[in-house]
Amino acid sequence: MTDEARKPVKQIHLAAHFPGVNNTTVWSDPAAGSQIEFASFAHFARTAERAKFDFLFLAEGLRLREQNGRIYELDVVGRPDTFTVLAALAAVTDRLGLAGTINSTFNEPYEVARQFASLDHLSAGRSAWNVVTSWDAFTGENFRRGGFLREEDRYARARQFLEASWQLFDSWRGDELRADRASGAFLGDPDAGRFAHRSDEFDIAGRFDVPRSPQGRPVIFQAGDSDQGREFAAASADAIFSRHGTLTAGQAFYADVKGRLARYERQWDELKILPAVTFALGDTDAEAHERAALIRRQQVGGQTAIRLLEQVWNRDLSDLDPDGPLPAQDPLLGEHTVAQGRASVRMNRDPLAVAREWRQIAEAKRLSVRELIVEVTGRQSFIGTPARVAEEMNRFVQQDASDGFILAPHLTPTGLDEFADKVVPLLQERGVFRTEYRGTTLRDHLGLAPR
Amino acid sequence: MPESTSTSLHLAVALDGAGWHPAAWREPEARPEELFTARYWADLAAEAERGLLDLLTFEDGLSLQSDEPFAPDARTDRVRGRLDSVLVAARIAPLTRHIGLVPTAVVPYTEPFHLSKAVATLDFVSSGRAGLRVKISGRPDEAAHFGRRRAPDLTRSDVLAEELAEAADYVEVLRRLWDSWEDDAEIRDAATGRFVDRDKLHYIDFAGPRFRVRGPSITPRPPQGQPLVASLAHGPETFQLAGGSADLAFITPPDPDAARAALAAIRAAQHTAGRDAETVHVFADLAVFLDERPGAAADRLARLNGRAGAEYRGDARIFTGTAAELADLIEELAATGVTGFRLRPGALPYDLERITRDLVPELQRRGRFRTAYGASTLRGLLGLPRPANRYAPAATV
Repeated sequence: MTDEARKPVKQIHLAAHFPGVNNTTVWSDPAAGSQIEFASFAHFARTAERAKFDFLFLAEGLRLREQNGRIYELDVVGRPDTFTVLAALAAVTDRLGLAGTINSTFNEPYEVARQFASLDHLSAGRSAWNVVTSWDAFTGENFRRGGFLREEDRYARARQFLEASWQLFDSWRGDELRADRASGAFLGDPDAGRFAHRSDEFDIAGRFDVPRSPQGRPVIFQAGDSDQGREFAAASADAIFSRHGTLTAGQAFYADVKGRLARYERQWDELKILPAVTFALGDTDAEAHERAALIRRQQVGGQTAIRLLEQVWNRDLSDLDPDGPLPAQDPLLGEHTVAQGRASVRMNRDPLAVAREWRQIAEAKRLSVRELIVEVTGRQSFIGTPARVAEEMNRFVQQDASDGFILAPHLTPTGLDEFADKVVPLLQERGVFRTEYRGTTLRDHLGLAPR
Repeated sequence: MPESTSTSLHLAVALDGAGWHPAAWREPEARPEELFTARYWADLAAEAERGLLDLLTFEDGLSLQSDEPFAPDARTDRVRGRLDSVLVAARIAPLTRHIGLVPTAVVPYTEPFHLSKAVATLDFVSSGRAGLRVKISGRPDEAAHFGRRRAPDLTRSDVLAEELAEAADYVEVLRRLWDSWEDDAEIRDAATGRFVDRDKLHYIDFAGPRFRVRGPSITPRPPQGQPLVASLAHGPETFQLAGGSADLAFITPPDPDAARAALAAIRAAQHTAGRDAETVHVFADLAVFLDERPGAAADRLARLNGRAGAEYRGDARIFTGTAAELADLIEELAATGVTGFRLRPGALPYDLERITRDLVPELQRRGRFRTAYGASTLRGLLGLPRPANRYAPAATV
């Protein structure tokens, strides 16, 4: 208690994840709107800005997902180009950060750097880049480079991609633009933008063509969870999009990653840790739990439960009854052939262990396939009255399980409205969330120094 | 309702930095400090929309601007640096309602998959006003920015021929990807639990010498079905690309005979490509310096040339004069069969304002330009139908 009292109160950071193409987005609800019309993105962004959120977040997927060799139909399909929709959102918001997930495998540094620098100019300093890696030949079939990046090389490419991009961002110092009509000097330096980068993955040189943007470099996010990913984040990222949503797992992850910062001469608060979470509100806690259960059943229909089970079992389970028990046979080992285009499938490192754990849970709680999938695939959820949710979120942050949250609502585009109206004011009352934006750039919102 | 009257002309304006003259940024009305702000581009677009123009094009490249056509320079007295044109167009889209937005893609160094969804998205955020100009590079410095090595024995014309062939493939991929979703692919069928009908999503399976693309797009078919594809056509090889692949060609005729020759070449290429039934617009490019008083524009150009230390030359014919004189030239060139004009303002925002406030009223008085927007999409403004989807079964009547 005395330790708690001495510790300075942390400010919470909040971000809004536009509902994506997973089963967690409930498209069948009567209130569900378009996943592609700009009006949906504008509504979502304006709600986030009205609530003084730090930023809006977009995920990425560069090939439509397939299962059992056919395009997957059960979830939302289709999304816009990330850079383009973020640039348009910059026109309907003034302060909200704009974070895009952009792959380092199916892009080139010169183009990505000019897109982020351009977005940063066009949003007056609000851009952020979630750097992800990918290596699957399946996605590669849509791109020039194909799929020949080895899995083990993906972090090397990501690191070199980021280093090359930083060289490009930094190739303009920020004082080159003179625009001096009298003397005729538009540039103060004939060498502005000069760069050269040579590494295993890239050999590029020349002159970058976008002058230094308001933030210098966009805010850098990292989402990987492996040891390599954590090290990459500690060395290079401004924020982590983490998966560790429970208090104890969050605290362990937080301590681990923040503990790595000193190695790179970085301070504790130079890297923000933001887990993706969901929420369900109600006038009473009981009502909120009922709503949460209903949402989970909307997210995991019988067919969806079978398909999610197939993603671990790596077998066609079409004949399985979702309201019956788990299949008798074990997952098929070896190359994953059932589901393609999903990061979650690639992270199933030991399907046998997962199956064993799931069988134990199903047996102990007497769960059908669908009930089990509802139970085991849910993300950390804050459930309760607005007061309880505000209290729990604050406890999470003050006890160092995170620095804030990336909220992923289940409804497009209104899924954030209730949170903005009911929970945010309570966080503000507690003095742990801003009531007005203090700065103009996303680095300002996140308390990060200019880079 | 698409607009189309036989006497009505189409007008586009090409935006580039502070204007097309290299000394334009030093003019008193210029805003060179603001070239990298959204407000600058939004103001220009608002002015163009007040003038009822069909579309804006946005110049772009993957290198710093240079006075050398195929190499960098070390000049500091010209505008250098620019923003990604697709993102500039997207930033403007929610602030405008009628005008078409046509950014530029450099073919050899970008991914057709990325550009296809980017332009589809531009079409969504603008409610059907997107286009894309495809551009080849030919520049060794741009190749070096992407780590591309070129065979040392290739001549410049070999390189351009190769890039033009790639541009045709690139447009084919853009178009197939835009059609890779049928319009009614999204079904949201609660009864079967299906969000889409996969039978209405199509692999495009394009295979060419420079890329293979499997598809389908990750972005649904955009509002226009096929956003507008444009290309610059100022020589025999580029006429081929325009007639074979584009919806809109920008030509650079020095005189009416050259316009007629370019038109004939593009129509021939269109015929060879089996596109006789399609409309391919051909706009003549003109660099314009406009003033109210006769002779004033020529004086201004001379002054600008003096400041630049060189006479301004470009691929397009340079016009100096009054709005009435420009309207005369436009009518003379229109008689050759060109369907519109793309004007390159010598200085921004000055010459854009002369276009919207002086030239447009003059053309309206002559009955050659619209007095109100009559369509809500770019294809609609240009009288182009929303095309059928190549992958959809033919509609039964």
